[in-house]
Amino acid sequence: MQELTDTLVRFLPFLQAIPRSLILGTLIIIGATVVLAFLVVVAAVSTYVERKVAGQLQARLGPMRVGWHGLLQFVADPIKLLLKEDIIPSNVDRPLYILAPYIVFCGSFGAFAALPYSTRLRISDLNVGIFYILAVTSLVVIGIIMAGWSSNNKWSLFGAMRSAAQIVSYEIPVALSILVAVAAAGSLNLQEIIQAQAGGVHRWFVFRSPFLFLAFFLYYISSLAEVNRTPFDLPEADSELVAGYHTEYSGLRFAWFFLAEYVDMFLVGAIASALFLGGWNGPIFSGPISGAIMFIGKAYLLVLVMMWIRWTVPRLRVDQLMYMSWKVLTPFSFACVLGQGAWMVL
Amino acid sequence: MAIYTEEMTVNMGPQHPSTHGVLNLKLKTDGEIVHDARPNIGYLHRCAEKIAENVTYPQFIPYTDRMDYVAAMNQNLGYVLGVERLMNVEVPLRAQYIRVIMAELNRIASHLLFMACYALDSGAFTPFLYAFREREMILDLFEATCGARLTYNYIWIGGVSRDLPQGFVDKARQFLDYLSPRVKEYHELFSYNKIFIERTANVGILPKETAIAYGVTGPTLRGSGVRWDLRRDEPYLIYDRFDFDVPVGRGEMGTVGDCWDRYMVRMREIEESAKIVRQALDQYEQLPPGEVRAKVPRALKVPPGEVYMRTEAPRGEIGFYIVSDGGLKPYRVKVRAPSFSNLSVFHEISRGGMIADIVLILGSVDIVLGDIDR
Repeated sequence: MQELTDTLVRFLPFLQAIPRSLILGTLIIIGATVVLAFLVVVAAVSTYVERKVAGQLQARLGPMRVGWHGLLQFVADPIKLLLKEDIIPSNVDRPLYILAPYIVFCGSFGAFAALPYSTRLRISDLNVGIFYILAVTSLVVIGIIMAGWSSNNKWSLFGAMRSAAQIVSYEIPVALSILVAVAAAGSLNLQEIIQAQAGGVHRWFVFRSPFLFLAFFLYYISSLAEVNRTPFDLPEADSELVAGYHTEYSGLRFAWFFLAEYVDMFLVGAIASALFLGGWNGPIFSGPISGAIMFIGKAYLLVLVMMWIRWTVPRLRVDQLMYMSWKVLTPFSFACVLGQGAWMVL
Repeated sequence: MAIYTEEMTVNMGPQHPSTHGVLNLKLKTDGEIVHDARPNIGYLHRCAEKIAENVTYPQFIPYTDRMDYVAAMNQNLGYVLGVERLMNVEVPLRAQYIRVIMAELNRIASHLLFMACYALDSGAFTPFLYAFREREMILDLFEATCGARLTYNYIWIGGVSRDLPQGFVDKARQFLDYLSPRVKEYHELFSYNKIFIERTANVGILPKETAIAYGVTGPTLRGSGVRWDLRRDEPYLIYDRFDFDVPVGRGEMGTVGDCWDRYMVRMREIEESAKIVRQALDQYEQLPPGEVRAKVPRALKVPPGEVYMRTEAPRGEIGFYIVSDGGLKPYRVKVRAPSFSNLSVFHEISRGGMIADIVLILGSVDIVLGDIDR
């Protein structure tokens, strides 16, 4: 953003009269809006893609009526959600109830500030990029607990409690597997991590050492739990808890939760592809625009795999989920960190 | 200093995505662990037994359809067999074969539905749609025969209402050939899935003695290792002409009598029923054309007496205790519903489990509220 301000001021001399901070501020707001619009579109399209993928896996067609082969479904659904009556149940804790969806969404959305889409296309070049992303996505837990508690509904509370336990526990394997990639690159700055993978597919981190290979899968599985996707979707287990922590939400408030889930999925895919699959060093292109397309493509491919897993596998029980996090994924992640360190020294 | 904790009483249902019907479970939970789970039934009570006293014998048959609506043919069959025993009617052989074919096809459909809902309860959405695709084919067969997909009113006193349509035997054979590889697919996708096994093995263990003490019957009882099947042990219709196995739970994945055993017993029963239908179709084709219904008077009067007729429905032993006073309408019809007795054991086997287990244990007992509440 700083560079962009300087470039703009150079090309448009009339801007020199305005203080730099104001220009920077406006550019940040514009950038955030662009990213928000992009994410909303990605999330909405993901809902359509999910339903089509689900249909294909389940021997049926999926949406077919709205637009050619249901392509406009992702437009129809948000419109419907927006037009719904805004119901706030009477005995809810109003401030928490109203604030919860926004916190959940901001937790996912804020992480996109640090993602570089290509050499030139990024919002901010944070030196602690990946660390910041980890921190911001942890906000989601607070939003979920707020939603579950304020709903004045025992089932929502169950969902929120499960979710809190799940997300917090799985942050450890997530952080550790990210640490493996950070150790390999030597920096927390996402741009530098991606640049360390430049020069062809064989230079991607996932192929560079067995520990990185394992860390990729560990990261992917742990982040499935972070995003509350099957097999870890207990918080929203439709067959057990109706809809878990967002049972009492409808209309636009529910839309925020819904979008937050798909944005989070995309974020996880983006981080995985940035850290392990080369980011914008695509299989073929690495330019300023084509690299961004490669990056988004890789991230989306991982999202499709998440959808595939969701429609295939049953759900884990809460204690089995905890077992898996603490007794399986965390030790393996520790082993990967140690192994990667040893690999790099030897 | 001890923290003050309380047990939380939660109502699971009556509207809930995975209590199979309108069932209310009162759970006393300590966090996720359930200390007590009491079913609270009656939300689907439609006074079927009282209605039986006010309608004639043939008029009651559609009411039996609507009790266990998933396996309606077997309900029809149980009631009609009871009345026929009171009347001492000789049912033509052709009708008997048709009855067996219909009852067993309905058993397959019912077990497919069980598998679908069980998968849905445990979080795998896809087997639900696969099972319903197979069920569609069975329901098409039923629709071609009697015009209805779910509540048939097909098995009448004295026989069946009409003969099988043209091409039924071939279509049924096609369906059975299509079904066997599908069942293998379900085993690959779902039955032996590690996550599913972890969710169901050693969960909801029903010991043999408890099952017998509570009057549990059907696949729920067979899952605990008791080899009791009315088709084999007290044969009715012409079941003694067919060669089939009675699968029991063997504790392959965990303990004998856990959810996985009950699930597997039903999956194996699908294959056994397919065997029976194949044999029945072969033997039916050899029959000379004939009547499908014995001659019974229009205004059906049943001689006074009482009878308790029990048959093996997909959910267990369904018993019809019919008391007749010699008139056009029954004096009393009491239905011994299998799901009612099966559900009575629920609070025993669900103690100490987690809420997620409650859902799966309830699914494995395979109840239908229409059966419980009537």
